[in-house]
Amino acid sequence: MALIEAKRLTKRFGDFTAVDGIDVEVSQGEAFGFLGPNGAGKSSTMRMIGCVSPLSEGTLRILDMDAASDGPAIRARLGVVPQEDTLDMELTVRDNMWIYGRYFGIPRSAVKERSERLLDFVQLTDRADSRVEALSGGMKRRLTIARSLISEPEILLLDEPTTGLDPQARHVVWERLFRLKQQGVTLVLTTHYMDEAEQLCDRLVVMDRGRIAAEGSPRALIEAHSTREVVELRFAVDEKVDLGPLQGLAERTEQLPDRVLLYVRDGDSAVAELSRRGIAPQSVLVRRSTLEDVFLHLTGRTLVD
Amino acid sequence: MTVGQHVLVARILPRLPGARGSVGAVVTRDLMAARRNWIVPLSGFFEPLLYLLSLGIGLGSLIGKIPGPGGHLVGYREFVAPALLASSAMNGGIFESANVFFKMKFGKIYDTMLATPIEPIHIALGEILYALMRGVTYSVGFLGVMLALGLIESPWALLALPAAVLIGFGFGACGTAAATYFRTWQDMEWMTLAVLPMFLFSTTFYPLSTYDGWLQGVVRVTPLYQGVALLRELILGPVGLSAVGHAAYFVAMGAVGLALTGRRIKHLLLT
Ligand SMILES: Nc1ncnc2c1ncn2[C@@H]1O[C@H](COP(=O)(O)OP(=O)(O)OP(=O)(O)O)[C@@H](O)[C@H]1O
Ligand SMILES: [Mg+2]
Repeated sequence: MALIEAKRLTKRFGDFTAVDGIDVEVSQGEAFGFLGPNGAGKSSTMRMIGCVSPLSEGTLRILDMDAASDGPAIRARLGVVPQEDTLDMELTVRDNMWIYGRYFGIPRSAVKERSERLLDFVQLTDRADSRVEALSGGMKRRLTIARSLISEPEILLLDEPTTGLDPQARHVVWERLFRLKQQGVTLVLTTHYMDEAEQLCDRLVVMDRGRIAAEGSPRALIEAHSTREVVELRFAVDEKVDLGPLQGLAERTEQLPDRVLLYVRDGDSAVAELSRRGIAPQSVLVRRSTLEDVFLHLTGRTLVD
Repeated sequence: MTVGQHVLVARILPRLPGARGSVGAVVTRDLMAARRNWIVPLSGFFEPLLYLLSLGIGLGSLIGKIPGPGGHLVGYREFVAPALLASSAMNGGIFESANVFFKMKFGKIYDTMLATPIEPIHIALGEILYALMRGVTYSVGFLGVMLALGLIESPWALLALPAAVLIGFGFGACGTAAATYFRTWQDMEWMTLAVLPMFLFSTTFYPLSTYDGWLQGVVRVTPLYQGVALLRELILGPVGLSAVGHAAYFVAMGAVGLALTGRRIKHLLLT
């Protein structure tokens, strides 16, 4: 059974359409991602799923209830990590956990026990009595995640869970989310980092300008929309790049402002062919295809600019 | 009850247990936040008290007796005290609106609440209840002072506290509703602009008869006048049917403010 089922989901702000009739299904225990650039409509979609934003059109069923009429009952079973931290700056770390539990009407003793356990889970036990203001960005993010878990939600909505974190903090968050997934929590997340999507998502949709451009597992998407390997060529800044000599070298060639991408099955033989043709870029890098390449192929634009 | 009312009650009652928890959580949050800055709220209490001491007792010693609600003569400080009690209830309710503005606009407190089972009307109720609690705290303190100074004359004065609660509710609800319309801190000035003249001219310091005919009408419709009149009747006597009218005024004011606050929160945050 699908835990989340959206049909022709649409969000309009005035006459601007932020989400343009998308169909999405998320099933039990899945980690599902929305990947897309700024303004794609990811947050607008997440807010509708979180039942804090009325749909403009379409239907949205969550946990077998109707988002339009059963908002409070649905929200009781969701955990939400919004794009911007909305921690209570006037309270301490521990009090943030406590009051959030009370918002859900969870009995005091249970809130107490869970807060301690969750603060430990996100490694904030030693900061429990600090004011939230004094925390670093990564700590705040971890606290927001811990807070969202106080109600032991069946579905966890994470809007860009690691944006703005340093690599180490991101890995801590990823590792925690992975553990939650293993515990059977259904994860729905948005991101504009392809590595995050690849790390965490079983299945994802690529979103662009309010529409879904493609859907599948990260691997399937890469297989369907890109080649196995990519050769990245960088030329000197003032050099005028002539794509002529590259003809027939790759299945597909993309020219970006700062580099040229060759989509090939075998990177090393392509590099060998390059030198045979006497092409000598400033740097050559062979790498595997990522979702970034999928996105570039589908939309003609890069994901993070 | 009409059929419509029955339906309404049948729809609201089953939701009350959940609503009580939600409203309670909203109030709890405010109490937790207030633990840090408990000094500020006290100013609203001391202001009327200082007026009582300076004008009521100081200036009052120069002024003879003046007619109370029933036409009988009372001392000036007896006359002024109930009015200052009303304004302390008003202050408690209204001062909270600045906090509501902050919580909504900068603290994102309500966004957080709305991601949980809490609904806009629960937030409205909780915030107004909290504003009201502050108003009641001021009123209790002020009543205590009045009692100590021997300024209470009628046994009806027992009703002064519930009446102050009602006044706090009316002002708290409307102040909170008004706060949802503020865009910048400067907009708070409008609140001050409404409160200060009301405090000075709502028969706080002299009887209604001081005004000319049409001005009396204007003063009569202001909420603080209604509160002053209600408390003066209860504390100085005699109590007439008019007290019921004044009370109804605040019930209506509170109901309108509550409904408006709920609608505004929904409109502004559930976009
Ligand atoms: N409340 C609003 N009023 C008007 N327009 C809005 C509102 N919220 C979002 N939009 C618009 O809808 C579009 C999609 O916004 P949304 O926040 O869903 O994008 P996003 O994919 O989350 O982007 P980002 O990666 O920057 O977070 C944007 O063009 C944005 O300007
Ligand atoms: Mg977003």
